[in-house]
Amino acid sequence: MAAHSAVLSMSKIINPFWGGRLGNTVKVFGTTLTSHRNKTLRSGNNIPPPAKYGGRHTVTLIPGDGIGPELLNHVKEVFRFSCVPVDFEVVHVNSALESEDDINNAITAIRRNGVALKGNIETNHTMAPSVKSRNNLLRTSLDLYANVMHCQSLPGVQTRHKNIDIMIIRENTEGEYSSLEHESVSGVVECLKIITRNNSLRIADYAFRLAREKGRSRVTAVHKANIMKLGDGLFLQCCREVASGYPDITFDSMIVDNTTMQLVSKPQQFDVMVMPNLYGNVVSNVCAGLVGGPGLVPGANFGRDYAVFETATRNTGKSIAGRNIANPTAMLLAGCMMLDHLKLYDYASMIRNAILTTMNETRLHTADIGGQGTTSEVVQSIMRNIQSKGPLTTDL
Amino acid sequence: MTARSVRSLSGALKLVFSNRLTRVYSAAACNQRHKSTYTPPPALYGGRHTVTLIPGDGIGPELAKHVCELFRFCCVPVDFEVVNVDSSVDSEEDINNAIMAIRRNGVALKGNIETNHNLPPSYKSRNNLLRTTLDLYANVMHCQSLPGVRTRHRNIDIMIIRENTEGEYSSLEHENVPGVVECLKIITKTKSLRIADYAFRTARAKGRGRVTAVHKANIMKLGDGLFLECCKEVASGYPEITFDSMIVDNTTMQLVSRPQQFDVMVMPNLYGNVVSNVCAGLVGGPGLVPGANYGQDYAVFETGTRNTGKSIANQNTANPTAMLLASCLLLDHLRLHAYASMIRRAILSTVTETRLHTVDLGGQGSTSEVVRSVMNAVQSTGPLTLSI
Repeated sequence: MAAHSAVLSMSKIINPFWGGRLGNTVKVFGTTLTSHRNKTLRSGNNIPPPAKYGGRHTVTLIPGDGIGPELLNHVKEVFRFSCVPVDFEVVHVNSALESEDDINNAITAIRRNGVALKGNIETNHTMAPSVKSRNNLLRTSLDLYANVMHCQSLPGVQTRHKNIDIMIIRENTEGEYSSLEHESVSGVVECLKIITRNNSLRIADYAFRLAREKGRSRVTAVHKANIMKLGDGLFLQCCREVASGYPDITFDSMIVDNTTMQLVSKPQQFDVMVMPNLYGNVVSNVCAGLVGGPGLVPGANFGRDYAVFETATRNTGKSIAGRNIANPTAMLLAGCMMLDHLKLYDYASMIRNAILTTMNETRLHTADIGGQGTTSEVVQSIMRNIQSKGPLTTDL
Repeated sequence: MTARSVRSLSGALKLVFSNRLTRVYSAAACNQRHKSTYTPPPALYGGRHTVTLIPGDGIGPELAKHVCELFRFCCVPVDFEVVNVDSSVDSEEDINNAIMAIRRNGVALKGNIETNHNLPPSYKSRNNLLRTTLDLYANVMHCQSLPGVRTRHRNIDIMIIRENTEGEYSSLEHENVPGVVECLKIITKTKSLRIADYAFRTARAKGRGRVTAVHKANIMKLGDGLFLECCKEVASGYPEITFDSMIVDNTTMQLVSRPQQFDVMVMPNLYGNVVSNVCAGLVGGPGLVPGANYGQDYAVFETGTRNTGKSIANQNTANPTAMLLASCLLLDHLRLHAYASMIRRAILSTVTETRLHTVDLGGQGSTSEVVRSVMNAVQSTGPLTLSI
């Protein structure tokens, strides 16, 4: 606080003398002094302070489009009902506008709070190509480099494959999603896919650390290095380097086409998978389809300082919006992951158990998993479950 | 004749002008292959076709041998010109020989040639080289549920048309800054129009009602956006065929939950790779689906998922169905329809009725048993065959 005001006053003194010439220096100097969050050489102590006052956390909430707003309303309902000490700061992002003000506000809010829960923001194909995907912008600005998705077969859901337990770790900021395209010659478009050593080492390290933490024994890297020798070759090399530092974890690699074929025939062979951005997109959608669909799996995007939680397959669900038939499970489980991240483990397990009970025992399924329940019925059932477990709740 | 006269002319001209001019002149005069209207003459002499055979690596050679056996047994008028490509050597001589042989014969049957990761990045994938040099722009894979094979999904009938020459497989990569690699994915208007046109023509020819374009245009707006635009343009010329599009992640998710909704799918190279492998997995595995690569002048047939199968090589456990069905596609291309349907019927009856399944389908049969059974089935249907 003091440093910030000191620099501001200093900038007021310096500016009249050197004006524009030193202007940038002052700004840079000012930011390095005050913005602890952006320091590159940080010690472990300079972790941003949690947005936690009086025992209550503040979390940014971005409703998004399609089914996002209604599902997030349900999340708020359930949290309020269970007396979870979390307050939501709602930031709306209008996907129809070309200006980037909305998404910048959202990014600032997330920087402030450190944690966010979001619905998917639609990317309109008919707008100019200079309008970047808002979701992508959010992920790259906040450097949320790891997308983690845990696909598990839920006992109460009928699927063709059983006993699936795959953890997918996907590089979230580079790869094919760099949005760098150009048309040097008319009719010929070049899209750049960027693979860097730093990001690949970082994501591989994240994957192995997570595997070790969760007691997983095998990490599979998914690539296409027989064709993209330099790019995916670099990724594979980085994974191998990191793997050598974790001798207790088996490391192997598989080409992406073989991986998808194995996934549809024998998905039980996979444990933890790490991969660049586009393959991650495809593989995570295949796994989501295998365990029961996009309505069941939550996803998390982790950066060094920030964490954003959402549904794993990032669907807008425009065609089922406002009809009370969406499956709230994915969003509610994402909320539980968020509570785990905020270290509110009791609330997280309480809500998660209620969700799983509703899914497994009471068989109240929505249309996407073959039932006839509505969203509100499922949410009501979850709240009843929480109430029956005993803790203090508000009235239904 | 023309070549000879030009050569003598060039001999005369060389004395007068420089070498380069005469070479260009003779090349322009004799090399009619680069003209768009030129159709190469079929390699058909005395009623027998000549087809290039590239055994490849892994299970390729043994499966190619079985195809030769079967063709000989059924008295198919096809002679194979075998060209071996050594994948461990750095020089491109082998693959150039193969390409020349295919140019000569017009048709080929190949196994997959291994791409060794340990060789330097300048060593290009031989399969890729073959496809781009011969401009085999369309990869067609027809995935159908076979009645005798037990799978989790039934009644799948999807035709996948995949752009085969550009996209992510352009092999253009560079490292300007150490530690930062840029891979170029190229999408061009001409090639996208060409593949879309191929897809719609094929759909019309086979009487299909719906074509789905698979893309990721929300992220790769210019690239996949161009592809999608080209597909829409071509679709407007085929009003009887429904056209829709789907993003690749949603497509793969729909494929694993409800694959029956898809009819014909057209897509760029990498998505085609993934989607075709997913579909192959859905109908029973890599041992069942044949694939074909079509260009304007040439056609190369192979297994749909292009596996080398190194781990099961020479163990007599590989599934020969994919390669045998690919050879039937080859016979159809050569307009030997009677032979093609005869062999195809025999293969399908072996797969469905006699339940002689190899390990990948959950049975215990060996490759030679399956091939023998196919030959028995052919013999029992009556036509003139050699003795087993």
